[in-house]
Amino acid sequence: MGKMHITTRINGDDTEFLCDADESLLDVLRDRLGLTGAKEGCGTGDCGACSIVVDGRAVCSCLMLGAEAQDRDINTIEGMAEGEHLHPLQRKFLEHAALQCGICTPGILVTAKNLLERNPDPTETEIRYWLAGNLCRCTGYDKIVRAVQDAAAEMRGA
Amino acid sequence: MRFEAPSTVDGAVALLAAEDGITRVLAGGTDVMVQLKSGMVEPDLIVDIKRIPGMFDIVEDDGGFRIGAAVPGAMLGEHEGVSRAWPGVVEALGLVGSTQIQSRATLGGNLCNASPAADSVPAMIAAAAVARVHGPDGVRDVPAEEIATAPGKTSLARGEMVGSIFLPARPANASDAYLRFIPRTEMDIAVVGAGVSLVMDGDTVAQARVALGAVAPTARLVPDAADALIGRTVAAAEDDLKAAASAACAPINDKRGTIEFRTRVAGVLAVRAAHIAAKRAGA
Repeated sequence: MGKMHITTRINGDDTEFLCDADESLLDVLRDRLGLTGAKEGCGTGDCGACSIVVDGRAVCSCLMLGAEAQDRDINTIEGMAEGEHLHPLQRKFLEHAALQCGICTPGILVTAKNLLERNPDPTETEIRYWLAGNLCRCTGYDKIVRAVQDAAAEMRGA
Repeated sequence: MRFEAPSTVDGAVALLAAEDGITRVLAGGTDVMVQLKSGMVEPDLIVDIKRIPGMFDIVEDDGGFRIGAAVPGAMLGEHEGVSRAWPGVVEALGLVGSTQIQSRATLGGNLCNASPAADSVPAMIAAAAVARVHGPDGVRDVPAEEIATAPGKTSLARGEMVGSIFLPARPANASDAYLRFIPRTEMDIAVVGAGVSLVMDGDTVAQARVALGAVAPTARLVPDAADALIGRTVAAAEDDLKAAASAACAPINDKRGTIEFRTRVAGVLAVRAAHIAAKRAGA
């Protein structure tokens, strides 16, 4: 079986790639497209380190085949900052020291941004449940939640 | 492995029927991809059904709802009509996994993965949900409780796939509920699950369906538990309902729950779910 030719849209850019039928979208992003922000933690959809947004919904890219990406609209962590200009969530994560080793950070930022697009003023409980599929073994989560709350407040102009 | 994404149900069935090797239907992929990754299954053919028109649709049909096989938990939860008519089914699928899993995981996938602990399956069985199965010999409608036959095994024949799940019309004063026991609040697999669907006549149960998960090789309908409820208030039926639910259990003993624990908790959850369903139905 030859490789599959897939055309899709990633971070606003028309993109094409060749992949094997059984290749995950995460492997395509990292190994074929050089988009190494999404990380492989568990590879089974438990940890959220590979989170991306597909057609407006946060998904684990390890649980999706590259071939499924045909004609989808995909957003990854690489599309979050505009040039040197960090997204408010990224800035607040730095200000609050909401990361240590950083492996989980791209997935958490992508998933948190997806939350704030749907709900600009989430409660702490809503933030914790929304991010329940993003594991962090360093921070104890508290600084992450504070950073998301602070970014949400800034984005609301509060 | 071949990957195909046909644009019609007939095309999907033809692909599945023509393949002699191992096939997998891909909807949300939250189980299939894990099986691929672990090497538990090495399919020769994956058929992605998400390019088939209607697979993401929820349509009102005969007073009920027909839910396309690719509709994920997030989309089901956002649907006001289904959430109002079948809150137990919606909350059961909504319990599965994280935000990311909810973006992809489906009722049909949960049913066809045939895990004894699948959360949405007892809720679907209690709801009298019917899976529409498409195959080389045409279409057949199969009650949810007849899909799984053993852990990981289904009654679907070669070439067959679930195209939609039908949730029937609700009379007034009817509702449902699903509860599960897990050792924490989120992101875990049911140790026991209980789904209850009731039609009330005032405070009295007029019709009932009770189903249990994670206490037998497949989720099962428990007619004795329903009989314990019918014609009484939930409060008056508590002891008999609890006994009937526990009597229907044939669970495994494992680190997540002993046989005794699962058997007892099944009764407790059935009673609590019945109270919630009755309250939602306005009793």
